[in-house]
Amino acid sequence: MRWFYLVVILLIPGLAAAAYEASPLAENPQVEARLKTLAVELRCLVCQNQTLADSNAPLAEDLRREVREMIVKNMSDQEIIDFLVSRYGDFVLYRPPLKTTTTLLWVGPFLLLIGGATALVLALRRRQKKLAAVALTEAEHNRVAQLLSEGANRP
Amino acid sequence: MSRFLIPLGIFVVVLAFLGVGLTLNPRELPSPLVGKPAPNFSLPQLHEKDKVLSSTDLRGQVWLLNFWASWCGGCKEEHPVLIHLAKSGEVPIYGMDYKDRREEALAWLKEWGNPYPLVAVDESGRVGIDYGVYGVPETYVIDKAGVIRYKQIGPLREDVLQTKILPLVRELQNQ
Amino acid sequence: MIPEIGHYALILALCVAVVQGTIPIYGAAVGNSSFMSVAKPAARGQFLLVLLAFCCLGYAFAVKDFSVLYVAATSNSQLPLHYRIAAIWGAHEGSLLLWVFILTIWMVAVSFFSGHLPEAMRARILGVMGLVSVGFLLFMLTVSNPFERLIPAAFDGRDLNPLLQDPGMVIHPPMLYMGYVGFSVAFAFALAALFGGTLDAAWARWSRPWTTVAWCFLTIGVAIGSGSAYYELGWGGWWFWAPVENASLMPWLAGTALIHSLAVTDKRGSFKAWSVLLAILAFSLSLLGTFLVRSGVLTSVHAFATDPKRGLFILVFLAVVIGGSLMLYAWRAPRVGLGGSFSIVSREGMLLANNVLLVAALGAVLLGTLYPLFLDALDLGKISVGPPYFDTVFVPLMTPAIFLMGIGPLAQWKKASLPELAVRLRWAFGVSVATALLVPILMGHWSPLVSLGLLLALWIATTIAVDLRERLTRTDGSSFMGKLAMLPRAYWGMVIAHFGLALFITGVTMVKGFEVEQDVRMNVGETATLGGYTFRFDGTEQYRGPNYIAARGSIHVSQDGRDVTVMYPEKRRYTVQNQTMTEAAISPGFLRDLYVSLGEPLEGGAWSVRLYHKPFIDWIWGGCLVMAVGGVLAISDRRYRLAWRRKEVEVPAGTQMARQTVS
Repeated sequence: MRWFYLVVILLIPGLAAAAYEASPLAENPQVEARLKTLAVELRCLVCQNQTLADSNAPLAEDLRREVREMIVKNMSDQEIIDFLVSRYGDFVLYRPPLKTTTTLLWVGPFLLLIGGATALVLALRRRQKKLAAVALTEAEHNRVAQLLSEGANRP
Repeated sequence: MSRFLIPLGIFVVVLAFLGVGLTLNPRELPSPLVGKPAPNFSLPQLHEKDKVLSSTDLRGQVWLLNFWASWCGGCKEEHPVLIHLAKSGEVPIYGMDYKDRREEALAWLKEWGNPYPLVAVDESGRVGIDYGVYGVPETYVIDKAGVIRYKQIGPLREDVLQTKILPLVRELQNQ
Repeated sequence: MIPEIGHYALILALCVAVVQGTIPIYGAAVGNSSFMSVAKPAARGQFLLVLLAFCCLGYAFAVKDFSVLYVAATSNSQLPLHYRIAAIWGAHEGSLLLWVFILTIWMVAVSFFSGHLPEAMRARILGVMGLVSVGFLLFMLTVSNPFERLIPAAFDGRDLNPLLQDPGMVIHPPMLYMGYVGFSVAFAFALAALFGGTLDAAWARWSRPWTTVAWCFLTIGVAIGSGSAYYELGWGGWWFWAPVENASLMPWLAGTALIHSLAVTDKRGSFKAWSVLLAILAFSLSLLGTFLVRSGVLTSVHAFATDPKRGLFILVFLAVVIGGSLMLYAWRAPRVGLGGSFSIVSREGMLLANNVLLVAALGAVLLGTLYPLFLDALDLGKISVGPPYFDTVFVPLMTPAIFLMGIGPLAQWKKASLPELAVRLRWAFGVSVATALLVPILMGHWSPLVSLGLLLALWIATTIAVDLRERLTRTDGSSFMGKLAMLPRAYWGMVIAHFGLALFITGVTMVKGFEVEQDVRMNVGETATLGGYTFRFDGTEQYRGPNYIAARGSIHVSQDGRDVTVMYPEKRRYTVQNQTMTEAAISPGFLRDLYVSLGEPLEGGAWSVRLYHKPFIDWIWGGCLVMAVGGVLAISDRRYRLAWRRKEVEVPAGTQMARQTVS
C-alpha cells in the first residue's frame, strides 16, 4: 500500500498544476485563430469605428458567432466574405475590394509617386538648362569679389 | 504659369466633395438586398407559439416587414405611424421581433397597440443578419414576387411614408 | 458674471484680431511704419484677452458653475479638480477656445522673437495670424460659444467622457494644437513672403526654427494620442488609421517634408516656391483636420459637433483661407527666382526626392481617408477604407524614403556620385542586411516584413555611424569627446531625430512581428503562460473611485519562478454616464510590455481575461520622443541663438548676385 500513497503524493503537484491551469476562453483555438484573422479586416456596423474582432456590440457578437459557424462548416475565407458582403455591402470590409470604382484608390498612391518623381526630374532638368544660360557680367564679378573681401574682414 | 494653378485646382475639387459630404450621412448603410429576393424565413409566431410564419406564405401580396424590439427607443417613435398605417389598411405590416423576450414584447404591444396582423420572433438575430439588419427599427417593402424593393433605416416617419413608401406600394400593387 | 466677462473678452479679442489682420498688412503694402507697428501690441493684447476668457472658463469649471451650458455638458460635481480643468478642452466649444488661446501664444512668441526680421515681414506675419484668429473667434462667437448659459441651471453636470479622464488624453490636445497652430507661423511666413514679392534664402532661414518647434510639438502630440489610445482603450492597439488619426498624421508628414525642403531653400536658395507651397499645405491640412472631426462628414470616434451649421462655417473658412492662399501662390510664386542649381544626384536632389515620397505618402493617406466620401457623393456606393489599405500602401511609399535617409546625409551638396556613395556605405548595407535576416530567425520566426523593418531601422543606425565616423576624422580636435562636442548642434539634432525614427521602426516591426495574445477564462488561483511569463489570477475586489465603481483584478506575474510584478486591471463603471470602461493593466519594460485586460465576469468569481506580450512596443513612443528631442536640439544651434542677438547684415539694394529669370 505504501507505494500507492507514494504515487498519489507524487501525482498531486501534477494534478494541482493541471487543475490550476487556465483554459482558453474559446472552445476551439484553431477556429478562433481563423476567426481573428478574418474579423480584424471586418468593420463593426454598429460602432463603425472598431473591427469585428474588437467590438462588444451585440450585433458584433452575433456576426462572430455566424462566422465561427461558417469556419466550422469549412467555408473558405472568400465564401465567408461573400456571405457578409451580400448582406451588408462592401462597407463591412476594411480592405476595399478592387473594382472599377476603387481602381483610383488602389492605383492612386503609386500614380502620385511616379507623377511626383517625374515632375521632380523634369523640374531639375529645366532649372539646370535655365541657369546654365545665365552668366555673370564683369561688374557682377567685381561686386562678388568686393562682398567676399568685406565678409572676410568681419569679426 | 498654369502649373502654379494646379494646387488651387485640386483644392477646389476636394472642397466641392467636402461640401457635398455635409449633406450626406456617413453612418447610414444602404442595403445591397434592394432588388434581390427577400431571404426566406420560417419562424415561430409571437402570439401563438406553436404556429409558424413563413415568408413564402406572404407571396402574391405587397407587404412591409418591420424589425422591432421592446428595448428599442426608435421603435416607440415610429409606432404611431405604423398604427395609423395599419388602420388605413393600405398595406399589411408584418412584425419581426428582433432579439427580444416574448413576455416583454407582448407587454409592449399591449401597451402601445398592435399594428401587425402577425409577428414572427427572431430571438437569435439570425434572420436579421440575413436581411442585413444592423439596428432597429428597420422596415422593408417587399413585392408580390417576394423581392425587396425598399429599405427604411431607422424610425419610419410620416413624411417618408407619404412621399416614398406609399407611392411605391401602390405602384407595386398595380403590377 | 465671470462667464460674461469671458464672453466679452472674446468679443474684444475679435475686434483686436480684425485690426491686427488688416492694418499691419495694409501698412506693409504702402510702407506706413506706424500702421505696421500696430501688429505687436495687437498680438499681445489679443493674447491677454483670450487668456482672460480662458481663465474665466476655467473658473466656471473650478467652481462647478452648471449654469454654463458647456460646463454642464462636460463636467460633474464628483469630477476631480484636475479633470474639471482638463474638461475645458474636453468638447467642441472649449477646444476651439484652446485653439485660439494657443494661437495667441504663438503670436506673442512671434512678437518677441522677430527682432531680426524686417518690419514689413513681421507686420505681415502677425497680420496673417490675426486673420486666422478672426475666423476662429467668429466661429466661436456665432455658433460655438463656450460661455452660453443654461437657464435654468442644471442640478449636476453630465460628466466628462470617461475616456478623457486620463493624463495622456488630457495633455494630448494641447500638444497637438501647439503643433497644428504652430504651422500657422510657417504659413504666415510663407504668405508674408508672397505678399512682399521677395522670396529669398533668408526667408527659409527665419522660417526654419518656427517650423521645427511646431513639428516637435506635433510629433509629441501624435505620439501621446497613440500611446493614450493603447493605454486607455483596453484592446492593445495603438494606431487604427481612423480619420481623426490620419487628420493628425497628414500635417505631420507635410511638416516633415517642409523641414527638409527648407533645408534646401536655406542652403541653395532653390525650390522656394515649393517650400512656400508646403508651408501652405501643412497648415491647410491642420485646418482640414479640424473640419473633418467637427463636421460629421466622416464617422469618427472623436465626433465633436455634427451640427451642419458648424460644418458649413468651417468649410467656408477653409475655402477662404486655403483658397485665398493658393490663389496668392498661383499669382506670386511664378515670379520667384530659381536660386542655385544642383544636379539630380546630390544632397539637394535626395532631400527633394524625400519630399516627393513624403507628399506621395500624404496623398495616399488623404486619398484613403476621403475616398468613401468621394464615392458616396457620386452615389457610387458605400465602402470602408481601413488599416489593410493603409498598411498596404503606406509601407511601400515610406520604404524608399527611409532608405534615402541613410544616403542623403552623406551625399555632397550640389553634386554627388552614386558609385562613391555606394563604396562608403557598403559596410553599413552589409551589416544591416545580415542582421536583419538573422534576428528574426534567432527569435524563432522569420518573415519578410519583419526583416524589411529591421533592415530599414538598422540602415538608419549604421549610416549614422558611418557619417559620424567620417565627420570625426575630418574634425580637428584632441579627444574623442572634444571632437563630438565640436560638431554643430544642428547636426546632432538631425542624427538624433533620424535615430529616433529608427527606434520607432524597430518598435513597430518587433511588435507586429512577435506580439502574442491569449484569451483565457481564469478562476481564482489559475495560471496562464505567455511569452515566458506566468500569470496567476488572484481574484477581484470592489473598489470605489471618485466618480466610478470598479472591479479591480489582481494578477501576479512571475518568470521562471521569480516574482516579476502584480498587475491590477480594472473594469470601471462611471456612475454619471453609466459607461463601462476597461482599464487595462500594463507592466511596461524596455524590451516588452505585459498587457492584461479584464473581459467579462463568469460564474464562480471567474473572469475572461485577455493577456498580451508585446515586445519593444515602448520603442514606438520612445522613438517619437527621441525624434522630438532631435528637433529641439536642432533649433538650439548657434546660428539661431546668435541670430536673436544680432541683426542681419544688410546687403545694398543694388546688388544682384545672379540674374534671376522669370519662369
